Amino acid sequence: MNKLNLDSKLIDSSRDAAKKIADEVQNFIDKHTTTSIERTIARLLGVDGIDKIGKPLPNVLVDNVRRSGGLGRGIAFWIGNAIVQTGDTPQEIVEQISRGELDITHIQIANEDRIRKTVLDMAKKTVAKISENRRKREEFIATLGEGKQPYLYVIVATGNIYEDMEQAKSAARQGADIIAVIRTTGQSLLDYVPYGPTTEGFGGTYATQENFRIMRKALDEVGGEIGRYIRLCNYCSGLCMPEIAAMGAIERLDMMLNDALYGILFRDINMQRTLIDQYFSRVINGFAGIIINTGEDNYLTTDDAVEAAHTVLASQFINEQFALKAGIPEEQIGLGHAFEMDPSIENGFLMELAQAQMAREIFPNALLKYMPPTKYMTGNIFKGHLQDAMFNLASIMTHQGIQLLGMPTEAIHTPHLQDRYLSIENAEYIFNNARNLGDEITFRKDGMIQTRAQEVLKKAEELLNQIEKEGIFKTIEEGKFGGIKRARTGGKGLDGVIKKDSGYFNPFIQLMVGGED
Amino acid sequence: MVDLAKIKPYGDTLNDGIIQLSFTLPVPYGDEAVEAACQLVKKMGLENPCVVYSKDLTGYSYFIVYAKATQTVDYMKIEVPKVCVNIMSKEEIEGYINDNIKRDLVIVGACTGTDAHTVGIDAIMNMKGYAGHYGLERYKGIDAYNLGSQVLNEELVAKVIELNADAILVSQVVTQRDVHIPNLTQLVELLEAENIRDRVILICGGPRISHELAKELGYDAGFGVGSFAEDVASFIVTEIVNRKLV
Repeated sequence: MNKLNLDSKLIDSSRDAAKKIADEVQNFIDKHTTTSIERTIARLLGVDGIDKIGKPLPNVLVDNVRRSGGLGRGIAFWIGNAIVQTGDTPQEIVEQISRGELDITHIQIANEDRIRKTVLDMAKKTVAKISENRRKREEFIATLGEGKQPYLYVIVATGNIYEDMEQAKSAARQGADIIAVIRTTGQSLLDYVPYGPTTEGFGGTYATQENFRIMRKALDEVGGEIGRYIRLCNYCSGLCMPEIAAMGAIERLDMMLNDALYGILFRDINMQRTLIDQYFSRVINGFAGIIINTGEDNYLTTDDAVEAAHTVLASQFINEQFALKAGIPEEQIGLGHAFEMDPSIENGFLMELAQAQMAREIFPNALLKYMPPTKYMTGNIFKGHLQDAMFNLASIMTHQGIQLLGMPTEAIHTPHLQDRYLSIENAEYIFNNARNLGDEITFRKDGMIQTRAQEVLKKAEELLNQIEKEGIFKTIEEGKFGGIKRARTGGKGLDGVIKKDSGYFNPFIQLMVGGED
Repeated sequence: MVDLAKIKPYGDTLNDGIIQLSFTLPVPYGDEAVEAACQLVKKMGLENPCVVYSKDLTGYSYFIVYAKATQTVDYMKIEVPKVCVNIMSKEEIEGYINDNIKRDLVIVGACTGTDAHTVGIDAIMNMKGYAGHYGLERYKGIDAYNLGSQVLNEELVAKVIELNADAILVSQVVTQRDVHIPNLTQLVELLEAENIRDRVILICGGPRISHELAKELGYDAGFGVGSFAEDVASFIVTEIVNRKLV
């Protein structure tokens, strides 16, 4: 596929630069761990629940080890040692800590090989469970079937998981393929994961393991009823990135928003913390068969979609390399972009087509995630419905993978029941009516669409090579992405970054990507 | 002839009173659901409801309805409080600051509380502005600080004190269950508690904000949809001179 006459040398040079950028960061990542990674390992080893003041037990455990300065060895070491010495389960051990009966770092240290083997055996059980979930998903898709691409992706966000469940089922019956449960405002900045089913939230619903389970069950039911597997999506971002990934893997979520840079830029989370966290979160997502969605669309809400188009492409290259490093296959990489140009621009649609087609050609195996107009939605629901129609047309013409449906009421309120119906109908009409339009047309040589795509690629290639020279940390400090500047030691969560000691180990990296850790 | 003392909606003939509605009822689709929709519309004071489209949403029913308004409004008696200020261009505002204030103004803006939508505050403050109207960051004589989204009122007040700001812009775009009202009120209370309410120009904006609501909540002005940086800046610079905050 080469409708845009793109220069393959520029693509190769871009990808090569992005790979070197990711390599350099990986060196840094490999030397560090974080409190949330260690909490994730605890969760994967079976630690769950809360203490009497509502503090999650993974936090209780990690705080205990941290106070003694032992976190550099990794939580797996301490849990393994405690199991060897006491014969208790990780959950029993942490419950003792929460009651103040035990300091896990004061237990006598057992033989190192025995510790490792004990933990590894336990980790294998969890990994088998996640593999089983993956198999179950594949079986559902094989027997029930699934929607055609672009998958119709809609959002529920009532704050109440039980109400979300009803809205999600309604949306699935009307044709939605993917249900994303938006998280409550501010959850990304919590340094713990809330526990249990929740019925209150603002602009969304808490991501908790129980809420995941409730929604999974509802979607399996409705999927069986309508004969189509319905995918469940949540948000693997913020200070608990890897923990959310682990919960999602255990509860068979299918998709996670999981960007390498989003938290840094848009939630002011410390860049070191985010880059370390994103790696392990992506290792888990990759292994669990979860499709990740990257967040390049966000750049275009703060920056201009015409002028900053190359930063979207550059970030897609970087996100691709970070994902590949974490063992995520290309088919599970949902690279993001958005239909966010000012609708009053003459021939703006041609530029949108150029951008969407370019992403398709440069990342032929990625499941591209296309985001709808938001910035230029005005409250005129009728025009908004048309803008969404243009967005749908661009998508079907360029073979996008995941279509986050635009809502006519964007910029007014979180979607009403009928808004979702109208949007699904809009997309189904256009996708069906123009299904193979993209296969039938070519773009004029050196015409507006080709020229635009070539220009964007050229600028992205220059930016990537510049980033490669300066490094990603400096690039973000200079505000090259989304026009937002962040300091290397600024933002939230830096205190959760810990240097690994020589004896550190994380059994899940070994089991999930096969590499040594 | 339009009788301004008794206006009603205009469909395709004067005073036909035609209104379009769309809504969903939480009942299964069928004749009873359609009848329920008609009865509901009649109870709203509308006549001759005509369900032109309906759709089964599995357990819910969606309707598009046309009906006739029976009520009228006396247009002559309407009064809407508005921001009363001479709107200047960017260059005029810069000149006005230079001539009448003779120092740089500090303006701090944020999208506060739970709201994560920065489109409004970005449109007013960011260099690029919106729809060809440059934002405050580009104005000579204005130091603009856009704190972004989900800023706590406490953080905003701390920043205002730190920067000794002249004006505060609060944006509220998408909110749930009217949470923006207590949030806006709390900011006024905090400023009063810090004893700085009188020395700042306090402005809020957003699609659900009117000047009237803003005044009610204790703000100096409120700007709704369709406002640009120059509208806001004109108000600020004029108010600073009028209130002798120069």
